[in-house]
Amino acid sequence: MTDPAMTGGELLYTEGLTKHFRIGSALSRQTLHAVDDVSISIGERQIVALAGESGSGKSTMARLLAKLYKPTSGEIYLEGRPLSAIRSRRDVLRYRGEVPMVFQDPFASINPVFRVSHGIMRCLKLHRPELSGAERQHEAERVFEAVGLTPAAEVLQRFPHELSGGQRQRVGFAQALALRPKLILADEPVSMLDVSIRIGLLNLMAQLRDEQGVSILYITHDIASARYVADRLIIMYAARIAEQGPTEELLVSPRHPYTQLLLSAVPDPREPMTVGAETDRGEPPRVIDPEPGCRFRWRCPLAIDECEQVTPELSELAPDHDAACHVARRGTEVRAFG
Amino acid sequence: MTAGPVLEVRDLAVEYATERGTVRAVDGVSFDLDAGEFIGIVGESGCGKSTLLFAIAQLLAPPAAVTGGSVVFRGENMVGLTDRQLASVRWRDLSVVMQSAMNALNPVKTIAAQFKDAMRAHGVTSKEEVAARSAEVLRMVGIDPVHLKSYPHQLSGGMRQRSMIAMALLLTPELVIMDEPTSALDVVAQRSLMVQIKELQEQLGFAVIFVTHDMSLVSHFSDRLMVMYAGRVDEFGATRQVFDSPLHPYTIGLTEAFPSIRGPRVHLTGIPGSPPNLASLPPGCRFAPRCPKVMDRCRQESPELYQVNGTLVRCFLHAEEGGGDD
Repeated sequence: MTDPAMTGGELLYTEGLTKHFRIGSALSRQTLHAVDDVSISIGERQIVALAGESGSGKSTMARLLAKLYKPTSGEIYLEGRPLSAIRSRRDVLRYRGEVPMVFQDPFASINPVFRVSHGIMRCLKLHRPELSGAERQHEAERVFEAVGLTPAAEVLQRFPHELSGGQRQRVGFAQALALRPKLILADEPVSMLDVSIRIGLLNLMAQLRDEQGVSILYITHDIASARYVADRLIIMYAARIAEQGPTEELLVSPRHPYTQLLLSAVPDPREPMTVGAETDRGEPPRVIDPEPGCRFRWRCPLAIDECEQVTPELSELAPDHDAACHVARRGTEVRAFG
Repeated sequence: MTAGPVLEVRDLAVEYATERGTVRAVDGVSFDLDAGEFIGIVGESGCGKSTLLFAIAQLLAPPAAVTGGSVVFRGENMVGLTDRQLASVRWRDLSVVMQSAMNALNPVKTIAAQFKDAMRAHGVTSKEEVAARSAEVLRMVGIDPVHLKSYPHQLSGGMRQRSMIAMALLLTPELVIMDEPTSALDVVAQRSLMVQIKELQEQLGFAVIFVTHDMSLVSHFSDRLMVMYAGRVDEFGATRQVFDSPLHPYTIGLTEAFPSIRGPRVHLTGIPGSPPNLASLPPGCRFAPRCPKVMDRCRQESPELYQVNGTLVRCFLHAEEGGGDD
């Protein structure tokens, strides 16, 4: 794995980021490993997709990066500054403005009793107090136009129920944009939208990267949409990174058996069906008090003895392309699924 | 298998009573479903696909009601049957698998108890028989029968959805209606569940109506595909044909709205605009405001369903090729 600190130009990176949750009663304490030893880096003007099944830890990652959770261990660096050093209210506020979040459910994330201008004006008052009332209005119109909500002045005066799901999600992006962000954390921003609307939002994300210069962490379980917008792809499995690399490279030659399973399961009407009933039974991974060893081994047709004992670390198998798999690291060509 | 269609839906209309008058959510839908056939129904939220399915299963509750047409299941019109009459049909001849198994299963009862309830309601009372059949259907969907003793929260999302399907198969119905049963699952679990549904269907011979918003999901599984838009059928034909040569501009838009994980990376545009509000429909074709190929005529008259090479399509572009069928 390349050391993100050495490459420069990185906007945000994490080092060994870990989040454990205590669960169970006082007598049977257990630890749920939501995120384990995750090191990622996001460059400037980059869309990085974080993909994985439900429970793989991708949303916990978003909450850690949004500073909603305190990491159990590990560190997050934004432009080289460690997040743990941010203490004062002013600095926290600034961080939240630089790294805002767009939520999954556009119906639950906007207050239904106020006009949509309400939320964005509050954001602006809080994060950019130097603006006058007229400037705030002007800025709100600017970001609404940037996300395709036109005529901006009129849309600002509408109530959330007067907007479609796609438009509401654009309001979410506009609010994030008003904070002059460096990195937008987008947690499944299109999964609740209709198919015909989704592409518009994905195109908007690409446009924000290209025209506004923001980076986006796009959290999704939909690999095809990740491929459509993302420059880099990170696949998580059971709280750890299974594989990461440039999107096309990773999809053309996936090294980790889980990535291969994931890709083989994506329905593609343009292609004949590739897998038969040999697809696995999908036993969920054990992330409560996990023992050492690969967490995919129960589902992996290629598992060897080493996988039972040693947790695989990420290793670079191609330029900038890492996978955490003992079999792949040995140089064997991995063809587990698909 | 019986000869002829299991289900005949004719000019079905469903209306919701709202404060501002009635809204027609399903408008003149007709189709036949043969024994052992798998039909996929796709469309965006609000297109009426779930309402249609609820109307077929007679599960509509006020303010929604069937206001026209018929649903003939095994020769009997389901519309207007009493709850008592329906109860004898449900589970035995027709069962429904809902979108969210967490809400459909009773959280304070074990799987075994819920299976037993369904079977006892239809006269299967012998303890041995209930136990044997319950274990058998769970095995069919790939769950170890030890989970009969489990409560729903002890199962994973995929297992809950599988046990709902197992429950639907308890009394070997002729028709299983599924409302987005896989939408809460991740892609791997989704694929394996689809493969399993298809295998069971081929093995046991029941017919399936499968409603989903994700048309690529059913692409390899359904025999015929119905595309709904704003309460109406826009296109209906053999699944492969609808994918390979979609006719309606809406269907074309939908097939082009999916990014692919293979092949060249192309820029997609999706379909501009959003579906119409059913309470204030545009005059003429309901897709006209979003249609890239809209003509003057589309804004004034409403197209019927035209038959083109065995596919039904509601679009004036195909009015000359096919005669009216509606």
